[in-house]
Amino acid sequence: MTVAPPAITADPTAVAEEAAQPGRWRRMPTKAKVGAFLLGFFVLAAIIGPLVTPYDPSYQNPSPSASMNAPSAAHLLGTTQTGQDVLSQLLVGIRLTLELAIVVGVVATVLAVIVGVAAAYLGGFWDELLSLVTNVFLVIPALPLLIVLLGYPSLRGEWPTIIVLSGLGWPWGARVIRAQTLAIRSRDFVAASQETGERTWRIITVEIIPNEVSLIAASFVNTVLYAIGASVALAFIGLADLNTWSLGTILYWAESQQALQLGAWWWFVPPGLAVALIGTALVLLNTGIDELGNPRLRDASSASRIAGHWLPPADPTPVLADVSQHRGPVTRFLHSFSRSSLLDEAGGGGS
Amino acid sequence: MSADRALDPAAGPAARPSVGPPPNLSAGPALAPAAGRGPDPTDPVLDIGDLSVVYRTPAGDVRAVDHVNLALGAGEVIGLVGESGSGKSTLVYGACRLLRAPALVTSGSVTYRGRRVSRPADLLKMDSDELRRLRWREIAIVFQSAMNALNPVLRVRDQLLDVIHAHLKMPRDEAREKAASLLDLVGISRSRLRSYPHELSGGMRQRVMIAMALATDPEIVIMDEPTTALDVVVQRDILAQIVELKERLGFSILFITHDLSLLLELADRIAVMYAGQLLEVGTADEIHREPSHPYTMGLLNSFPSLRGPRRELAGIPGSPPDLHHPPPGCPFLPRCGYGTAACLEVDMRLLPVATAADPEHVTACPFVLPGTPAPGVQGPTGATGPADVRTTREPGA
Amino acid sequence: MSFIVRRLIFYVVAAWAALTINFFIPRLMPGNAVESIMAKFPGTLQPSAYRALEAMLGVGHPGSIWHQYWAYLVNISHFNFGTSVAEYPAQVSTLLAETLPWTITLVGTATVIAFLIGTGLGILAGWRHGGSLDRVLLGLMFLQAIPYFFFALILLELFALKLHVFPVGQGYGEGLIPGWHWDFIGSAVYHSLLPALTIVLTSIAGWMLTMRNVMITTVGEDYVVAAQAKGLPNRRVIFSYAARNALLPQLQGFALAVGFVVSGALIMEIVFSYPGIGLLLLNSVTSDDYPVMQAVFLVITFAVLLANLIVDVIIVFVDPRARVREAR
Repeated sequence: MTVAPPAITADPTAVAEEAAQPGRWRRMPTKAKVGAFLLGFFVLAAIIGPLVTPYDPSYQNPSPSASMNAPSAAHLLGTTQTGQDVLSQLLVGIRLTLELAIVVGVVATVLAVIVGVAAAYLGGFWDELLSLVTNVFLVIPALPLLIVLLGYPSLRGEWPTIIVLSGLGWPWGARVIRAQTLAIRSRDFVAASQETGERTWRIITVEIIPNEVSLIAASFVNTVLYAIGASVALAFIGLADLNTWSLGTILYWAESQQALQLGAWWWFVPPGLAVALIGTALVLLNTGIDELGNPRLRDASSASRIAGHWLPPADPTPVLADVSQHRGPVTRFLHSFSRSSLLDEAGGGGS
Repeated sequence: MSADRALDPAAGPAARPSVGPPPNLSAGPALAPAAGRGPDPTDPVLDIGDLSVVYRTPAGDVRAVDHVNLALGAGEVIGLVGESGSGKSTLVYGACRLLRAPALVTSGSVTYRGRRVSRPADLLKMDSDELRRLRWREIAIVFQSAMNALNPVLRVRDQLLDVIHAHLKMPRDEAREKAASLLDLVGISRSRLRSYPHELSGGMRQRVMIAMALATDPEIVIMDEPTTALDVVVQRDILAQIVELKERLGFSILFITHDLSLLLELADRIAVMYAGQLLEVGTADEIHREPSHPYTMGLLNSFPSLRGPRRELAGIPGSPPDLHHPPPGCPFLPRCGYGTAACLEVDMRLLPVATAADPEHVTACPFVLPGTPAPGVQGPTGATGPADVRTTREPGA
Repeated sequence: MSFIVRRLIFYVVAAWAALTINFFIPRLMPGNAVESIMAKFPGTLQPSAYRALEAMLGVGHPGSIWHQYWAYLVNISHFNFGTSVAEYPAQVSTLLAETLPWTITLVGTATVIAFLIGTGLGILAGWRHGGSLDRVLLGLMFLQAIPYFFFALILLELFALKLHVFPVGQGYGEGLIPGWHWDFIGSAVYHSLLPALTIVLTSIAGWMLTMRNVMITTVGEDYVVAAQAKGLPNRRVIFSYAARNALLPQLQGFALAVGFVVSGALIMEIVFSYPGIGLLLLNSVTSDDYPVMQAVFLVITFAVLLANLIVDVIIVFVDPRARVREAR
């Protein structure tokens, strides 16, 4: 019997994955680009918005004629019942809401990385314990707990909200980061650096964390999404500092003043739409990150455009002749460059 | 199309793109025994002609299979050997149209002639219903890893019955009896019908896979590295069983592997694949005794031979080319110890080996003859040998 | 340790953690917070209600903290959540019993419907990815990003106030006496349609997106390619081979996300004045009814744990490997 030749693993997809990649931005999925643009717009609004507000958002115009004005040149998004300018409130509100969500996102993600990596690295008892804590916090519904906590007046306000939201926002990220760390840790290059006596700390910061960037990014985006949703919902039921302007408090005041029932859609719809659009941007961004991290999802988008036409990906392998026979002029044109013999045969009806 | 098509690339209208002046085609007539005869029992059951498969990627097409011709005769065992990424699996799965988009078949024909079909049929022209009836009934596949190829949430019995019900019309209890007898065939206890795949050992799973492949008495069984994931003892058992079943049931085998030594014992003919192209095809004996292509020589040199002459063991330095920008001429050139400037312009047609007794022993290398010693130093530095050649190459093609 | 035993231990720990958090929240509040709460009520509260509040907050109660903790656990095990401050002398458990069925019926049914529709659409979108369903998904993703309560208000305004297709809030028509008769049940179903629609429309996209992604990954698995190589009918390949395997991660995702969905639905109840536990929670927040707030938290947590348990049972049923796997 012969000895085995150098082990070569067969992977039919290897060729496809070796494909050279063009610039980073161009290879970003379209969804991620749209999400990034949309989010960039709101971040920009949050940064420069408060500087260019046409009015003081809290200024109450005593004149009855200024109450509940529909959008006009003077008030682009109309006024509230007390004559406040909705656009000014919105600009300030986007800033406060995003600020809070991003701080929560950063704090919770850092916590998630620490817990996730620690659990995977310490192993044994500590892993069991940290995983248990993570899973427990994962199933305890955050919003009702937040409501109970913020129900105590001393906890209301921006910073307590940030702390409580961060304290409840880390488990999801910790769970996926732990799993990923375990996977990376078992890979050869990490094992090799352990063998050569690299410090654990160095392995974690140099080998592990850089390999988890997309996961950490996804975790951050998810946490920001959660923080926006939760903070807006909490403010809407009045569990926030109602003297500040956030998207949630604007909605709270609009609802409590019956804006919608009185037909003042300009008061109620813009803040809700802003939340929805920011949320959509984040979801799109996350989908894009997913597609970058998972080649199959990424292929899914390119697969759909074989020869410029969508083909069901899981059906029999398409044959170029068929693709071009039933397809439009562009494909037929492209197809005319093919050096395939089958096409000639198909044209002549032979076989 | 007739049998000679398989071995004579010039027979099809597929004019290969010639980079340089075409070399002298002295081989043509010798290969074509008799043109224009009717259906013949010696016709190949599966005739892959001029098949090309690309992967459409945003950065351009990746030519995974490049105008390949291969024929599988009735009752024959053909071994398809190549390293990972050489396109051997893509060739076979593409021919069966099991690849998913972004894979795209850009040229060729896959003609099937079985005892049960009245006339030859081209798989590439079938619609999905026709394909579904043909798959497994005529061409079954033993997958590389049975662990992954068996559905983890269905019992063995249900997976066997799936195949039986999809292709054979028989009453329920008869089908159940058939499923049980299939396990008998591969030597697994009938009680395993109730098992889930994770409850079986690796060898047992592979046997179940083989039993499943034989459920519909197919004409062709494709074996995609069926023993790679198994330990050596189990490997031997399973290979012996495959040979025994093949003798008994008379199917043809297309055996895909990276292990040339295994094929030398198992296959009737061997096709060597590299970078999406066939480099050499011949009987196992010819390939063993008189390897003609430098790549085949390299593969043979990477394991010790028990029967042939003593050779110095050496791997093949370097790695396969980037199929996004295939180099002009011979794809093996950057790793080839025999490389010359002429290799840049070589047309990759398979031509009979001049010194071989068997005219069906064909090679893509018109320069090297069996037994030619490699010029210069062979070994790790061999890869850097034709460095001058490499620098002049531009991916302009 | 088998999957089942492990999960059971996990549920016990999770339940204990929720109970303990709930016990310590009022006791860990900064002292002045408790005082300010107490300061709100003197005079407005009956003395016994005041004492109940004191007991709940751990103020002026006899015995060590462990003694209190034990008494608390005993009380909870008897479904004794104390007395409502705002609706004195109503027992909190009574209030819960009145509101819980409404929420479980509405939120439970709507969530399951959304999960089934979303998963079904996700199966098809994953199988034919890049197809027209992916474009539908983009639209649904926008719906998902809209806050529940905002979407609820818009729907309420459009369909109830403007078009009068659906009733304006409440759980059933005015003047009806709750009971098992058709007038009431019909009215209750009619009143629940718009809230249910809100939940379904806003949560479908999430289930669909995750199922689509899992499905795309699963469709690339060898056993699905093998199923196609076997020449099985498409339906069999999609459902028995691809979807059935893709369902396992999807179910685990459902277990993890059910808390979020239910929480969102609670806020939505407020908009519809739906007589469920969410409205009870809001009312307790506005009237500083701490015993009710905390009891609602506990009940929701236990409901989510129960949902997780049910999902686990389904997973064990669907996945033969779960029965032997040492998984968490």
